[in-house]
Amino acid sequence: MTYKPEELAADSKSVFGFFTYLMTDLVLFAALFATYAVLHSGVFGGPESEQIFNAPFALLETVILLASSFSCGMSLLAARRGSSRGVLTSLALTFILGGTFVVLELSEFARLAANGAGPGVSAFLSSYFTLVGTHGLHVAIGLVWMAALCVSIYARGLTRGNMRKLALLSLFWHFLDIIWIFIFTIVYLAGIIL
Amino acid sequence: MTLSHFIFGNLSFAALPENAIAWGGALVVVGGVLVVLALITFFNAWGWIWRDWLTSLDPKRIGIMYILVSVVMFVRGLFDVGLMRVQQATSVGDAHGILTATHFQEIFSAHGSIMIFFVAMGFMFGIVNLVLPLQIGARDVAFPFLNSASFWLFSAGAALINLSLIVGDFSTAGWLSYPPLSELAYSPTSGVDYWIWSLQIAGIGSLLSGVNFLATIVKMRARGMSYMKMPMFAWTVFGAMVLVVFAFPVLTVTLALLSLDRTLGMHFFTAAGGGNMMMYVNLIWAWGHPEVYILILPAFGIFSEVVATFSGKKLAGYVSMVYAIWAIVFLSWLVWLHHFFTMGAGADVNAFFGIMTAVIAIPTGVKIFNWLFTMYRGRIRFTSPMLWFMGFVVLFTLGGVAGVVLSEPVADYQLHNSLFLVAHFHTMIVSGVLFGYFAGITYWFPKVTGFHLDERWGIRAFWLWLVGFILAFGPLYILGFMGATRRLDHYDPSLGWQWLFIVAAVGAFLIMLGFLSQIIQLVVSIRDRKLNPDTTGDPWYGRTLEWSMRSPAPEYNFAVLPEVTERDEFWEMKKAALPRTAPAYEDIEVPRNSGAGILIGAFATVIGFGIIWHIWWLLVVGLVGVAACIIMRTFDEDTERVIPAAEVARIENMKTI
Repeated sequence: MTYKPEELAADSKSVFGFFTYLMTDLVLFAALFATYAVLHSGVFGGPESEQIFNAPFALLETVILLASSFSCGMSLLAARRGSSRGVLTSLALTFILGGTFVVLELSEFARLAANGAGPGVSAFLSSYFTLVGTHGLHVAIGLVWMAALCVSIYARGLTRGNMRKLALLSLFWHFLDIIWIFIFTIVYLAGIIL
Repeated sequence: MTLSHFIFGNLSFAALPENAIAWGGALVVVGGVLVVLALITFFNAWGWIWRDWLTSLDPKRIGIMYILVSVVMFVRGLFDVGLMRVQQATSVGDAHGILTATHFQEIFSAHGSIMIFFVAMGFMFGIVNLVLPLQIGARDVAFPFLNSASFWLFSAGAALINLSLIVGDFSTAGWLSYPPLSELAYSPTSGVDYWIWSLQIAGIGSLLSGVNFLATIVKMRARGMSYMKMPMFAWTVFGAMVLVVFAFPVLTVTLALLSLDRTLGMHFFTAAGGGNMMMYVNLIWAWGHPEVYILILPAFGIFSEVVATFSGKKLAGYVSMVYAIWAIVFLSWLVWLHHFFTMGAGADVNAFFGIMTAVIAIPTGVKIFNWLFTMYRGRIRFTSPMLWFMGFVVLFTLGGVAGVVLSEPVADYQLHNSLFLVAHFHTMIVSGVLFGYFAGITYWFPKVTGFHLDERWGIRAFWLWLVGFILAFGPLYILGFMGATRRLDHYDPSLGWQWLFIVAAVGAFLIMLGFLSQIIQLVVSIRDRKLNPDTTGDPWYGRTLEWSMRSPAPEYNFAVLPEVTERDEFWEMKKAALPRTAPAYEDIEVPRNSGAGILIGAFATVIGFGIIWHIWWLLVVGLVGVAACIIMRTFDEDTERVIPAAEVARIENMKTI
C-alpha cells in the first residue's frame, strides 16, 4: 500500500493526538490510584482488602484480558495482510474476551455488594469500586467502539479511515491492559499480601 | 419510587427562586434568552447563524463564539461583584445589607466559578483559536471537529450554571467546594451538583481542547518553523496546553468522586465512613494551581507580542523567555500545598512548598525584565494594548510581591483566608490574565474582523479599569492586614472597616464602567467599521506570520503555506522586501460544517440536568445521544470540502470592506 504524504501527515497527527489523550487518561488513573492508596486503610469497621479479594478470580480476569490483547494484536497483523475477514474474526474474538471480562467484573462487584461490601460501606470500598469500575467502564466503551468499527469494516472494508481507527483502538486496548496490570498488582496482589 | 419521582426526580416547584433578587436573576436569564431568540427570528437569521456559526468548524469563528459566551458570563460575574460589594459596604452593625447570608454565599461561589471557568478560560481558548493556527502558519487546528465539540461542551457548562438561577439554587460552598461542607450532609440541595456538573462538562471540553492545541503545535507548524522559531505566544500556549493535559484529568476525577459521594452515597470525602477531606483539598489544588498558570501563560505570550510590536524591536531574551515558560510549567506542579499551609502538614513539608512557591518569582521576574528591556530604547507607540501592558507590569509586580509574602508559611498563617489573599489573587488574575486578554483582543481584532476597535473608548476603558482596580483591591490588602476574613457578609462597626469597604465598592463600580466602555467600544467600532478598516492586513507593523495575510483572515488562513526561515518571519520578509510575484494558487481542503458538535453539547446539558435532579431516564437519553453523535460522526468519511483555486484567487484579490 502506498499513501500520499498528506495522508501520512494526517495519520501521524491522529496517533499523536490519541497518544496525548491516553496520557490524560493515565493521569486520570494515577489520581484514582493515589486516592485508593490514601483511602485503603479507611475501612471504618467494614471489611478489609484481604478479607474480600479473591486472587484466583482476579487472575482469571487478568488472563482473559491479556488474551484479548493478543487477539487484538492479531487483528492488526491481519489488517497489514489486507484481510478484512481476518480482522473481523480476531476483533470478534477480542470482543468476546473483553465482554467476558466485563461480565466477570460485574459478577465480582455483585458478589461483594451481596456480602455487605458495597461501595457505600467505607471509603476503602468506595475507592476500590471507583478505580476498578472506571477501568471496566473504559473496557465497555472500548467494546462499543470495537462493535462500531466492525460494522464499518464489514460495510466498507479496510479503508484508510478504518485502518487508522483500528490502529487507535489497538493502542487504547493495550493501554487498558497496562492499567489492569497495575490494578492487579496494586489492588489485588498487594491487597492480599499486605 | 413513585411515578412522579421517576419522571421528575427531585425536581419540584420548590426549586423556583425564593426572593426578589433571585427572581430578578432568573427573569434576566429567561428574558435575555427570549430576546435573543426573538431577534434572530425577526431578522430571519436562523439559517445564517446555523450555517456560518453554530455548525462551523473554522477555529476563527469558534474563537469568536468562545469570546461572546465569555462576555455574557462576564456580565453575570460582574453583577455578582456589584451585589457583594454593596453587601459588604452596607452590612454593618444593625444594618444587614441587601442579601441574606445564604444568598451571599451562593453569589461568591458563583462569582469565582464563573470568572475562572467561563470568563478567563473562555477568553483564553477563544484567543488561542483565533491566533494560534495563524501564528504557526497552519490552515486549521489538528482536529477541527473536536474543537467544535470542546466549544459546545464549554457552552453546555455555561448553560447549566445559568440554569441554576432559574431552577434550584447554587452551591454555597465557595468556588472550590471543600468537603465536608459540600457533602450531602451539609449541602443537601442541588446547588453543589450544579457546581459539579457545569464544571465537569466544561472541564472535559477544556481537556479535549488541550489535546487538540498540543497536537496542533507539535504537528502543524509551517515548514521550517523549528520550535525555537515559534512566536512567543505559541510557546506560551504550548506550555499552557501541556498543563491542561496533565491537570484537567485530576479535576475530572476530583469532581467525579465528590459527585459519587453525593449521588451514590460513597465515602471519599465524607466526615463519616472513613473518608478523607484533605484528599479532596490536595486533589483539587493539584489541578487548581496549574490552572492559574494555564490562564496566565497565554497572557504572558500576548504581552510578549504586544511589547515587541509596539516597541518596534525584537523581543529581548527570546531564549530565556522560553526557559522561563518551562520553568514555570515545571514549578507549577510543586507548589499546590501552599493553598493549605494551615492544614498542618508539618514544618518540613510547609518549608519545601514555601520555597518552591517563592522560586516561581524568578522565572516570572525574568519575563518582566525581558519585557522592560524590550521597551528600552524602543520606539514605543502608546496604543491601548500597550497601555494594558504597562498597567499590567506595575500591578502584576506588586501582586507578585504580595504572593511571595504569602509563600512564607509563617506569614501565611496570619494572612490566609483573609482579604489580603483575595486582593493578591485578584491582582494576578485581573491585572495579569484579564488585562492580557484585553490587550490581545484589541491587538488581533482587526485581523479577525477587518476593522479596528475604537481607540478612544479603549483608552477610556483602560483608565477606568486601572483606577477602579486600584480603588477596589487596594483597600482589601489593608483590610486583610486588619484581620478581615474573606466571605464576610456582616461585621461590627467598631472595627472601623466600613470606609475601606465603601472605597472598594466605588472601585468596583468604576471597573463596571470600564466594562461598559468596552461594550460601547465594540458597538461604536461595529457602527464605524467603514471608517477604520484594516486595508493592509498589517495594521500595527507586526512581526509574526498572522500579519502576512489579508484582514479579515480568510477561512483557509494561508492561500499559500509559508516557509519559515527566521524567528520574526514576517518582519524579516518585510525587511528583505522581496518583489511580490503573483502566487500560484491551489485547491484548498477545509472541513465541512458539522451539527454534531452542538448536538453533543445539548446532550451533555441533558446529562448534567438529569444527574443534578436525579432524573435517571434523562441521563440515559443524554448518554445515548452523545454516543450516537460520536458514532455517526466517525462513520462520516466525507468531512472535507474543497475551495477551488479560482475561488481562492478571487478571495485573495478582493478589496477589503
